[in-house]
Amino acid sequence: MAHAYTPGLRVTHRTTVTKRRVLPLKGKVLKKVGDAVARDEVVARTELPGSVEILNLVGRLGITPDQVDSVLRKGEGDPVAKGELIAETRGLWGLFKSRIQSPIDGSIESVSKVTGQLLLRHPPIPVEVDGYVNGTVTAVIEGEGVEVSTPATFVQGIFGIGGETFGPLRFAAKDPGEVLTPDHVKSEHKGAIVVGGAFAGHAAIKRAIEAGLKGLVVGGIHDEDLRQILGYDLGVAITGAEQVGLTLILTEGFGQIRMSDRTWDALKRREGDVASISGATQIRAGVLRPEIIIPIEKTEQTADAAGVATGSAIDIGSSVRIIRQPNFGRVGVVSRLPSALQKIESETMARVLEVKFPDGTLQVIPRANIELIEE
Amino acid sequence: MAIPDQLRVIIATDCGSTTTKAILIEKVGDEYRQTFRGESPTTVEAPFEDVTRGVLNAIQEVEELSGRKILDGERIITPADGQTGVDAYISTSSAGGGLQMMVAGAVKAMTGESAQRAALGAGAIVMDVLATNDKRLPHEKIERIRHLRPDMILLSGGTDGGTISHVEELAQYIAAADPKPRLGIGYRLPVLYAGNVDARPRVSEMLGQKMELVVTDNLRPTLEKENLMPARLEIQRLFLEHVMAQAPGYKKLMSWTSTPIMPTPAAVGKIMQTIAKLNNINVVGVDIGGATTDVFSVFGEVFNRTVSANYGMSYSISNVLADAGLPNIMRWLTFDVDERDVRDRIKNKMIRPTTIPQTLEELKIEQAISREALRLSFDQHKLLAVGLKGVQQERSIADAFEQGQTGQSLIKMMELHMIVGSGGVLSHAPRRNQSMAMMIDAFCPEGITFISVDSIFMMPHLGVLSEVHPQAATEVFEKDCMIYLGTCIAPRGTAKPGAKVMSYRLNLGGKQIEDTLLSGEMKFYPLGLGKTAEVVLSPSRGMDVGAGSGREIQGTVRGGVVGLVLDGRGRPLALPDNLADRRAKITEWNRALQLYPDE
Repeated sequence: MAHAYTPGLRVTHRTTVTKRRVLPLKGKVLKKVGDAVARDEVVARTELPGSVEILNLVGRLGITPDQVDSVLRKGEGDPVAKGELIAETRGLWGLFKSRIQSPIDGSIESVSKVTGQLLLRHPPIPVEVDGYVNGTVTAVIEGEGVEVSTPATFVQGIFGIGGETFGPLRFAAKDPGEVLTPDHVKSEHKGAIVVGGAFAGHAAIKRAIEAGLKGLVVGGIHDEDLRQILGYDLGVAITGAEQVGLTLILTEGFGQIRMSDRTWDALKRREGDVASISGATQIRAGVLRPEIIIPIEKTEQTADAAGVATGSAIDIGSSVRIIRQPNFGRVGVVSRLPSALQKIESETMARVLEVKFPDGTLQVIPRANIELIEE
Repeated sequence: MAIPDQLRVIIATDCGSTTTKAILIEKVGDEYRQTFRGESPTTVEAPFEDVTRGVLNAIQEVEELSGRKILDGERIITPADGQTGVDAYISTSSAGGGLQMMVAGAVKAMTGESAQRAALGAGAIVMDVLATNDKRLPHEKIERIRHLRPDMILLSGGTDGGTISHVEELAQYIAAADPKPRLGIGYRLPVLYAGNVDARPRVSEMLGQKMELVVTDNLRPTLEKENLMPARLEIQRLFLEHVMAQAPGYKKLMSWTSTPIMPTPAAVGKIMQTIAKLNNINVVGVDIGGATTDVFSVFGEVFNRTVSANYGMSYSISNVLADAGLPNIMRWLTFDVDERDVRDRIKNKMIRPTTIPQTLEELKIEQAISREALRLSFDQHKLLAVGLKGVQQERSIADAFEQGQTGQSLIKMMELHMIVGSGGVLSHAPRRNQSMAMMIDAFCPEGITFISVDSIFMMPHLGVLSEVHPQAATEVFEKDCMIYLGTCIAPRGTAKPGAKVMSYRLNLGGKQIEDTLLSGEMKFYPLGLGKTAEVVLSPSRGMDVGAGSGREIQGTVRGGVVGLVLDGRGRPLALPDNLADRRAKITEWNRALQLYPDE
C-alpha cells in the first residue's frame, strides 16, 4: 500500500468559520443578512412565560366567589409589584379590613369568579442567543436565529469540557513542552483564555478556576484529575454542559503530552486577540470536537493564510506524530513505508511504517498509531 | 447493483464503528474461498465524515494485495471479467456506534428512574433523564435535547388511567426540540413511548409526524408495578433497525451494494443460528466491537440477541472502565503499572479509537479490558435472555431495585456446548491461546465446552452472503472462517485452594494420562485440529462437570489450534484478594496456557 489515511484535527491560521446560532424556542431574530455581529451581542430573543402562582381569595378573605369583583384592587393583565395591594375587603365600618398583597413581582393572569382563585404570573424569562464570534450574518433562519460567518484562525482540540465562552488569548507557558503549575496562573489571567503547554495537573486547574480564567488550553491532563474535577467517571465522550468554572480544551490527549508545534504556533500568532471557545465534544459517528475560534478582524492579517490539516495520504518524507505508547507525542519523518504486514512487539501482524526522529533514531510504528502533520 | 446468477467473485465489507473490513471471496476450482482481506479506519470522523471513504480504502487494500482491479475511481466494477471487477458487492454496518439515549419520565424518582433502568438494561448509555420536576426550565430541557443529539428517546410517565398532563408536557419538549440527527439527513429519530396508555393518542398527535414514534406497554402500569421488558426489547429492536447501521455517507453506500445493507449483529446472529442448527447444539456467541458488544445465544430452539451498546474496545472503552471499575481491570494484570497511567491510556483509546497496541504491556491491558467488556455484556445478555419474545416479565415495586433478578435466564452454562468469539480483540489476538483464555475468563463456561473464534473477523460478511448465496457462505464459513480453538473442561463448584477438584484420565491419541486437577489450577494439553481425546472425569464431592455433584462422566472431546484446557478455578470464578497471591496465580495460569512470550 503506497499510502495510508489518518483522521486529523483542523488547525488553520485562516479559514472561514460559520456558526449556526439558534434559539431553543421560536422567537424573534434581531439581525438580518449582512449585519455585523459582536460575540456578546444578542442575535435572537424570545420570552418564556413565567411560572404561575395561585392565590385563594375566597379562603383568605372569608368571602364568597361572587364577591371577588368587589374586593379586587387590580384587574386582569395589570402588573403588580411584590407587596402591592391586590385585594381588600371593606371590613366593618371601615375597620378590620382583610388585605392580600402580591407575593411576587409579576402580573395578574386571571381571576375566577367560580372558584374565587386568582392566578399571578411571574415575569417572562428572556431567552437569548448571542453571536459567539464576531462576524457577519450570512443567513437568517426564520424565527430561530442566524448563521454568523467570519474569517478566523481555527483550532480543534481532541477533547474538552465546558460550554461556550470568550476572552483574550494569553500564554502562561513559554513553550509547548512546559507543564503548567499553579504558579504560572497569575491574577492578570482573570477573564482570559490561557494557553498552557504540555500538561496541567489538578492543582493548576484548580488554581485556574479560582483565578477566574474563562478557558484553559493544554496538551493533556490526567483522567484521574478529570474525574476529580467532574465528580464522576466520564463513560462516553459527550461533553459541553459541564459547569466546573471554566472551559477546558485538550489539544493532544490524556497524560503529559507536548502540545503540537502547529497548534502552539497557530495560537501564539494570535496572542492577545479575543478567542471564542467551546469544550463541547462528541466522539462517535457524527463527531464534534472542541474548538478555538479567533476571528481575523485586522485587514493586515488577511494575507496571513496557511494550510489546513485535514488528513490525507502519507508518503515517505511526511511529518507524523505518534499517538499511542510508546513514543506517544513524538514527532518524526516517515523513512520507510513497507507494504507487507510486519510482526510488532505485541506479536500482532500489523501494517507499519518506519519513523526517523530528530535525534536520528529509527522506530517501526503501526500505521494506525500515527497522525499526519501537514506542513 | 443486481446480483448475477453465476457468482464467481464477491467483495464484502463490514463497516464497524472503528474499522472497515473488506474481504474478497472467489470461486477457486469448485468451491468458494475467502482469498484476500483489507482493512482501513472507518471514516465517520472529520475530515471525511463519509463511511464510503473507509470502504474505498479497504477495497483498495484488497486490490493491491490481490492484483484484481475492483475500483474505477469511486465505482465498483461489475461484473467480474478476468482479473477485473466483481460480480457482487455486499455490506454490513455498525458504523453508527453505540446507543446513546435520553429518557424522560413524569417524576424523576418514579417513572424517570424506571425508564432509566429500562434503557440501561437494554444496553444503552443514558445521556440524561428529563422529568417534569427536574428543576430545569423548559428551554433548558429543549436545549439539552438538541445539544446531546440522542440516538433514541424513551418517553414514559403516568400510570395507566392516571393523569396525562405530565406526559403531554414532556412530549411537547421533545417536539419543540426536534433534535437534528447526528447521522445524516433522512434519518428520523426513534421515540419509544412507554407511558400511560390514555396519553397514546395525544403523544402520537404531537410526535407522530416528526419522529419515528413507536408505542409499547407502559413500563410503570401502576405505582407498585414495574414492567421493563417490553420497553427493553423495543429499544433493542429500534437500535438494530434504525440506528446502528446508519452513518454519515450511508445513503451513498446503499446505492453501491447489490443487496440491502444488513446491521452487523443481524448478520452475525444469522451465522450463530446456522452453527447451532447445523450441529444441533447450544451456542453462545459474541462479537466485540469498538462501540458495542453483541451477544447471541441459541438454547434449544430459542435464539436471543442482545446488543450492549455501552461496552466496546474503543468508543465505549471508557464506559467499560466506568462500569467495571479500575480494580476489576487491574486484577488481570501481572505487572506494576500506575493506575493513573492505565486510566489515561483507556481515555486515549477512546479519543483515538483506531490505534492498536504496539507493546506487549499495552496488549495485556487491552485484553484485560476486553475480559471485563465481555463479562459485563454477557451479564446483560443473561438478564435479557429470559424467555420467548412476547412473554412479559413483571416485577413488583419490592424487587424493582434488584437488577439481577428479572425472570429466569435461559442461559444455562452447564448445558452450553460451544462458545464462538468474533470481533477485533478476539479475531486478531496475536496468539489464539489468548482468545481462548479471554473467553474462558469472561464467560466462565461450566462442564465441557468447545470454543472457537472467527479467523479474521468475517462472520458479518458471511451472514449477509448467506442471504444472497447460501452455498458460498457455508463453504467459506467452514474452510476459512471458523477456527476451532479447543475444549475447556471446568468443574462447577468451589473448593479450598489446593484441594482436589477432579481426577481425570485422558487418552490423547494413544497416550494415557492420569492426573488430578487442584483448586485454582489451570492445565493445558495440546490436542490438534481434527483430533479427539477420550476423557473420564471424576469430580470431587461438591464439584460438577455435567453429570451432577461428584458424579463421573465419560466422553470424547475435540481439539483445535489451541488444545485442551482444564480449568480448576471453580465456578463462580474467584481470584485471590491479595495482590501478590493474585499476580502469582495469574502468572501461573498465563504460563500454563502459554499466553505471552515473556511469561
